[in-house]
Amino acid sequence: MTMTMDKSPQIDSHEKEVKVTLRIKRYNPEVDTRPRFQEYEVMLKPGDRVLDALHAVKWKIDGTLSFRRSCAHGVCGSDAMVINGENKLACVNLIRNVGTDLTIEPIRGLPVIKDLVVDMEPFFAQYRSVLPYLIANDDPGYKERLQSQDDRERYDDTTKCILCACCTTSCPVYWANDEYVGPAAIVNAHRFIFDSRDQAASERLDILNQKSGVWRCRTSFNCTEACPRGISVTKAIEEVKRAILYDRV
Amino acid sequence: MKVHYHSYDAVIVGAGGAGLRAAIEVAGKVKTAVITKLYPTRSHTGAAQGGMCAALANVEEDYWEWHAFDTVKGSDYLGDQDAIDIMCKEAIDAVIDLEHFGMAFSRTPEGRIDQRRFGGHTRNHGEAPVRRSCYAADRTGHMILQTLYQQCVAREVNFFNEFQVFDIIFDETEGERRVSGVVAYELATGDLHVFATKGVLFATGGFGKMFKISSNAHTLTGDGPGLLFRKNIPMEDLEFYQFHPTGIYGFGILLSEAARGEGGILRNVNGERFMERVAPTVKDLAPRDMVARAIHAEIREGRGAGPDKDYVYLDLTHLPPEQIDAKLPDITDFARTYLGIEPKQQPIPIQPTAHYAMGGIPTNVEGEVIADGDGTIIKGLYAAGECACVSVHGANRLGTNSLLDIVVFGKRGGRSMANYVSQTDHIDLPRGVEQDVVERISAIKGATGAKKVSDIRTELQLTMTDNASVVRTAESLDMALATINRLKDEYNNIHIDDKGEVFNYDLVEALELGHLLDLAEAFVIGAQARKESRGAHWRDDYPTRDDANWMKHTLAYKEADGSVRLEYKGVISGRYEPMERKY
Repeated sequence: MTMTMDKSPQIDSHEKEVKVTLRIKRYNPEVDTRPRFQEYEVMLKPGDRVLDALHAVKWKIDGTLSFRRSCAHGVCGSDAMVINGENKLACVNLIRNVGTDLTIEPIRGLPVIKDLVVDMEPFFAQYRSVLPYLIANDDPGYKERLQSQDDRERYDDTTKCILCACCTTSCPVYWANDEYVGPAAIVNAHRFIFDSRDQAASERLDILNQKSGVWRCRTSFNCTEACPRGISVTKAIEEVKRAILYDRV
Repeated sequence: MKVHYHSYDAVIVGAGGAGLRAAIEVAGKVKTAVITKLYPTRSHTGAAQGGMCAALANVEEDYWEWHAFDTVKGSDYLGDQDAIDIMCKEAIDAVIDLEHFGMAFSRTPEGRIDQRRFGGHTRNHGEAPVRRSCYAADRTGHMILQTLYQQCVAREVNFFNEFQVFDIIFDETEGERRVSGVVAYELATGDLHVFATKGVLFATGGFGKMFKISSNAHTLTGDGPGLLFRKNIPMEDLEFYQFHPTGIYGFGILLSEAARGEGGILRNVNGERFMERVAPTVKDLAPRDMVARAIHAEIREGRGAGPDKDYVYLDLTHLPPEQIDAKLPDITDFARTYLGIEPKQQPIPIQPTAHYAMGGIPTNVEGEVIADGDGTIIKGLYAAGECACVSVHGANRLGTNSLLDIVVFGKRGGRSMANYVSQTDHIDLPRGVEQDVVERISAIKGATGAKKVSDIRTELQLTMTDNASVVRTAESLDMALATINRLKDEYNNIHIDDKGEVFNYDLVEALELGHLLDLAEAFVIGAQARKESRGAHWRDDYPTRDDANWMKHTLAYKEADGSVRLEYKGVISGRYEPMERKY
C-alpha cells in the first residue's frame, strides 16, 4: 500500500540561525537588593524553543541564571514564565512564533526566590485545600467502577491540568489577594466535583463558597487565555459557581 | 554549610509513578519521607502517553498468560520469567487499584475501562494484535501521575520537594552492609539534610539525557543508578536501551505507539508502508526494537525523506478526524506546535528517539537491591521503576509495560520496605556522615578548570546518539568509549559559574553529568563485550542472537580504581522456551 506524498512536509534541519535578544529579569537574594534586567544575545534557529534560548544563555554565557525546567514539551509544567508580557511555558513556544526580541520575567503573584524561580508552596497549598482526590466511600469490590462515556466526558477538560500555575498567576484578583484559591485550585476541584464516582462534591463546594473561593473570580478570562493545555478555565469556574447556586452538579 | 538532621523509618528517592506508588504503600504504616529533585507532578511518568497493558479482557478475549508470553518474546528471551509472570498477573489488580484511586480511564460504551492495541501485544501467542492497553486518551502517564499524587495528598505524605540526593550511607558494623541514611541537598537554600533511615527505595527514573535525540526530560540523568554504582552496587544490562521508533524529527519528543495502535502507518519517502516487509503479521505494531531498526534501514538505504533523507513519516491522514481528536489529541498538538504541520492532512516527520533504559539497579521481585550474581541482598535498599532492573523487560520492553512496571513493582518494593523497617531497629548514624558531600560540593564550586559542564554533556550526547544507539559495531562502540574516556578526564577539569547557595542548578548539572558519564561508560563497555544481537542491542558485526553464549544478564561493577568490570548471571527461565522472534 502506498500513497501520494504530495503533501509530505519537508523539514529543513539547516535553517539559518538568527540573533535572539533576551531581556531577563534577574534577582539573586544573596547579592541583589532589588530585581534588575540583564540582556543577552544568542544565536538560535527559528524552530528552537524559548527554553532553548534560556539554555543557550545558561550553558554558553552565564551559568548563574536559574530557571526550572524538565520535560521540555509542555507536559510537566515546570517552566511557566512571563514571556513578552504573557504567561507561557518556555518549552512550547518557538522563536518563530514569539519573535527574536524577548522579555522574560518570573510569573507574578508568587514570591520570587531567584531569577525566574518563584516559591510554588502557596500555589500547592491552595491546590491541596480543595480536596483534590477522589472521595468515594462505597466498596467498589474487585472490579472497576462503571462510568459512562458521557459521565467521563463531563470532567475531561479539567483532567488536563499540569499545575504549571500559568492561569493562577495571570489572574488580577490573585495578584491583589493571595487568599483567593485561584483558578488552578478550582480547576482541580471541578475535576472531582463533576466526576460521577465522587461523593464529596458538597464539601468542595462549601470550601469554594467561602470568601477565598469562586466568588472572587471577575471573569477576566486571563486564566483561559494563559492555559497552555487549552482548558476552558473560566467555564470550569462558572460551572462550579452554578453548582453552588443551584445546589446541583 | 548548614546541616539539618531528620529521622525516618523509610525514605523514597524520586516521586514519579514508582516512587509515589511505593509511598502509598509505605505511608501510614511507617514514618516516611519522599525526597524528589522536582515537584512530584513534574516527574516524567507524566509524559507517558499510550497506556498500560493488563489482560482485563474488557473488549476481547485475553489472558495474563498471553500477556506474559508477549512480554517474554518481546524481551528477546532476556526477561526473567518469574518477574514477568508476577507483573502480568498483578497487572489486572494494578489497573483496578488505579481506577479505585480515581484514575480517569477512557471507557467502553458499557462504562468499563476501554482497551486498545499496542506494539507486540497479541492474542493467543502471536496470532494478531490484541486490545490490551488500558488508557486515558493519549495522556495515560499524566493521569497516572496525577492520580498517584492525589492519593499521596489524601494520605498527607511527607514530601521534600526540590531536594537532590547526593549520598547514601551504609552501616557495616555487623559485617554486612545495611542502609543507615541518605544525604540530600536542598535547592532553595543550599543546606544539607541528613536523613537517618532504616530503608531507602530508589525510584529516580532513567538516564536518557546521555543521548542527543531523546524523549527524556532534561532531569533524567540516572541519579539513583549513578550514585549506587559508585557505592559498589552493580548495574544490570545497561547496554539494552530502547529507542522509540517515533520521535518528532529533530526534537525527539515522543509520539505514542498508540498512534499506530489507532491505525497510524509508517511510510518512507516513496509512501511505501515498509513495515509490511519487515513484520508481515503485525506490521506497524511490531515491537519497538524491530520498528526502530526498520526505520534506521530505510534511512540508511536512501529511502528517508527531507533534505538530508534522514526521517520517515508517521501517517495519520486516513484516520477519521474525530478519532484523532478523541484518542490522540496531545500528540497531534505536539506535531502542530513543534513542526507546524497538521497531522489530519499531512504525515508527521519522525525518527527513532532514545527512550527507555531496560537495565539499571538489579533487584529481585520484592524490589530488594541485589549486590551480586548470587542474589545477595543489601538490607534496607530497594529500587523500582525505570532505574531498576527486575528484569521484566529483558532486551526490549514492550510498549505500556513501563507504566505497569512502576505500579506493580513500586507497590511491591514499598510493601517490602514497610515490612523490613517495621521489624528493624534504627542504626546509629554517626555525626559528620555528610562531610564527604560537603567536600564534593566545595570542590565543584571551587574548581577553576577550563571545561564547561554543558560542552562535555553535549559531546557525550552526540557520541552516544551517533555510535551507541539503534545499530552498533565494534568500531562505533570503540569510538564512543574513546570519547567518553576523554570526557571523563575533562570532567576533572571543569568550572561552574554559579558559586551561590540558592537554586544553584549549575552545581546540580555538574553532579548529574558525573552520573551520565559513569553510566555511559559501563553501557558502552557492556555493549562492546556482548557479541550478539538481541532486542535493542543490535550489532551489525554480530547480527544474530547467540543463546549458547549470551543468554545471560550483564552485571557491570565499578572497581575501586574507577575501571569497569563485567560479570554475567543467568536468565530465570519459565514456561516459554526461546524461539526465533518473528511477527
